Amino acid sequence: MTKRDTRLFWIGFAVIVALLAAAPLVLPPFWRHFVTEILIWGLLAMSSDLLIGYTGLISFGHSAFFGLGVYGAAAALLLVAPPNLFLAIALGLVAAALVAGFVAFFSTRLRDIYFAITTLIFSQIFYVIIFTWTSVTGGENGLTFTRPGLGIPGLYVVHFTPTTMHWFVLAVVAVSYLVLRRITRSPFGMVLQAIRENEGRTRAIGYHVEHYKMVAVMLSGVFAGLAGVLYALQNDFAAPDFVFFLVSGETVIYNVMGGIGTLVGPLVGAAFFLLLREVLSRFFTEYYLIPLGIIFIAMVIFMPQGLLGFMRRWLNR
Amino acid sequence: MAIPWDLIVVQTVNGIVTGMILALVASGLTLIFGIMDVVNFAHGELFMLGAYIGVLVLASTGSFLLALTTASLVVALIGAALQIVTLRPLIGRDPLTTILATFGASLVLQNYALWQFGPISRKIAEPVSGQFHLLYLEYPWYRLVIAAASAAIIGAFWLFLKFGRYGIWIRATTQDRVMAQAMGIPVPWVHTGVFAIGAAMAAASGVLFGPLVGVEPYMGLPWVLKAFIVVVVGGMGSFGGSIAAAILVSLLESYASIWVSPSQAIIVSFVVLILTLLFRPTGLFGSVSR
Amino acid sequence: MTTPDAAADPIVKVEDLHAYYGKSHVLNGVSLQVGRSEVVGLLGRNGVGKSTTLKSIMGLVHAQQGTVLFEGKPVTGMPAHKLARSGIAYVPEDRRIFRLLTVMENLRTGLDRAGMTESRRRALLDKVYELFPVLAERRNQHGGTLSGGEQQMLAIARAMMLEPKIILLDEPTEGLMPRMVAQIARIIEILHREGVAILLVEQNVALTLGCSRRVYFMEKGETRHHAATADLTVDDPVIHQYLGV
Repeated sequence: MTKRDTRLFWIGFAVIVALLAAAPLVLPPFWRHFVTEILIWGLLAMSSDLLIGYTGLISFGHSAFFGLGVYGAAAALLLVAPPNLFLAIALGLVAAALVAGFVAFFSTRLRDIYFAITTLIFSQIFYVIIFTWTSVTGGENGLTFTRPGLGIPGLYVVHFTPTTMHWFVLAVVAVSYLVLRRITRSPFGMVLQAIRENEGRTRAIGYHVEHYKMVAVMLSGVFAGLAGVLYALQNDFAAPDFVFFLVSGETVIYNVMGGIGTLVGPLVGAAFFLLLREVLSRFFTEYYLIPLGIIFIAMVIFMPQGLLGFMRRWLNR
Repeated sequence: MAIPWDLIVVQTVNGIVTGMILALVASGLTLIFGIMDVVNFAHGELFMLGAYIGVLVLASTGSFLLALTTASLVVALIGAALQIVTLRPLIGRDPLTTILATFGASLVLQNYALWQFGPISRKIAEPVSGQFHLLYLEYPWYRLVIAAASAAIIGAFWLFLKFGRYGIWIRATTQDRVMAQAMGIPVPWVHTGVFAIGAAMAAASGVLFGPLVGVEPYMGLPWVLKAFIVVVVGGMGSFGGSIAAAILVSLLESYASIWVSPSQAIIVSFVVLILTLLFRPTGLFGSVSR
Repeated sequence: MTTPDAAADPIVKVEDLHAYYGKSHVLNGVSLQVGRSEVVGLLGRNGVGKSTTLKSIMGLVHAQQGTVLFEGKPVTGMPAHKLARSGIAYVPEDRRIFRLLTVMENLRTGLDRAGMTESRRRALLDKVYELFPVLAERRNQHGGTLSGGEQQMLAIARAMMLEPKIILLDEPTEGLMPRMVAQIARIIEILHREGVAILLVEQNVALTLGCSRRVYFMEKGETRHHAATADLTVDDPVIHQYLGV
């Protein structure tokens, strides 16, 4: 990237973060909450882009990683008193990483379509486990817990207000974006992209493709889990719905709508989807998925590069 | 633990019955995948629409047979329309885009059904009531009818593939799409036709299974999930493989539900899947050519 | 060297055809024509685009530029199955018969057409079984069980089922024993006498010169030279130039 591009990028980044930080100060509560949710789902979508856009693997398993992040955090907040923020994050990430490792082990030996199907099946496996293991997970009713404060428990704790929660989420998502960006531009990221372009050749050169894929799935899963942790912190409850494969499906929709391989695209895709949902629900009530689904199909056919697809080359330079 | 032999016999029969329906659903999926590399996410919704059409036709005519045939035909047309509108434009593109398109279609169809029919489940009356003595239990005749009907449909289709002129077209296209075209076979229409047949099979399963469960917009989801498992375990693209796998998985699940609840019994199919992926990733009966 | 007169109204005419595989410019301006009932050869080293030319004519490869005319009408971009029904048959290199179908079923892929009465089918089958008795013997065997030479027979017989006006033959003698090569030459002669035009891509120069009336020479995706076989011998300098033997 040229010096000019780098500067442009950071200016753009700073502007957008500043705007998002200002959001809770100027928006009514409903929309403030909306923007926070966009950030959380955007992080989930970004994590999935690492696989879809950069490695060329469509995963339908992200609901498992996300959901385990939610439940992991929930477990930390319910089992340990007083509720500890860092423990919640740690447990959520560990849970997500374990699940990602498990899924990665089985699915990375398979290519393309088989990978997509097996990740889907695995995410449903976890859904069923969580749904039926009522004694541990609360089953259908889910779990509620108290939101922890920021700080060191026992010493100094500041409780979150909606605004500070928003800023916390924004900070985490912004940093995650930068980290993910660093990953995609690292030698590791380059190998992933080589795998996407031509797996056979990459293997022939000598790269152990399965290992790279597994690491990619695990990284992707960890960030998805982080999104789950944020969701738990934001909403104070966990439910099996978050592990249902529909979440995976919606994640893929965010990616496709926003533009894969751009990292930012999926976040924009999430925003686009959620906004469309808001608007369409006004006219179609709970059947908004009918027009939304049609729009999605149309985008797959006519606009496969997504909303930000045109920026893909520039963002990856 | 005493071995409940009577339960095992009943569950064997149950397993075969469910297995036959699952086989019918899965064959449709395998057929579509085998010939055009399309993973039809909307398959469960075609199943569901078939069931609903069955409900409507049964309500207005009272004939189960008519309901079965009408549902199959109508859903075949819906399937053909779906393929032409959403899948034909995607030919030549990354096959993963077909997953996305059919996933989108499944969302649209699910919510369409929700809109038109509401979430309350409906009932299809069993066409054949009454029970017979199975050991010292009363076993419903209808369940045997389901198994027989599914077997008949699968068998009829197999004969069609083997001997009919269009059967040759389908088989040739599956083996070598390019040369099939070079021989004058209208491959785009073969694809549409196969999709329609797969859709009809799903619809027929929906109508047949309707009396056993409630008909509601989300009824397709567990079936398509299990069908995917069966297709992977059986070997993607292997027609016979998915049928065998369907029966195997259903039998194991039936036996498992002697001891655990049905919603937990599904774990059995997951375990079978994991084992298959570990030891025979191409599927238990997979064709190595894939 | 005199340029031979191609038929005044060629059955297939290709004008300045360009085609790509991804970004690779595989056909860089191919022009040729085949007259009715004419046998025309297409020679060149491996990889110059001979097979691609046949595939482009057949509509199996997308032509970015240029035209293909069949019986005077433009057919560029027409789907392959329509071309097959109109009278162009394609016999690919490595045969590509349907291995899991029986010999009979392979033939039926071309035989089952609109307008084929029972008697016409019978007549066509009898003709092909007479030309290729080994296929009659193995009619219920799966294509994959046939030997290489038998598969080549089947590929040609299958193409004949379409009752084509022109057959695009891609390297029919590749990997065959000399006895079979002679049989292929005989079959080409028989087809020619029946009025079927043939565009023959081959590495076997002697066979090509023996069967064809004219040959085109291709290099780097273009048709560079064109001559009547009457004016050529096997060790002609032109042959050395374009086949680099």
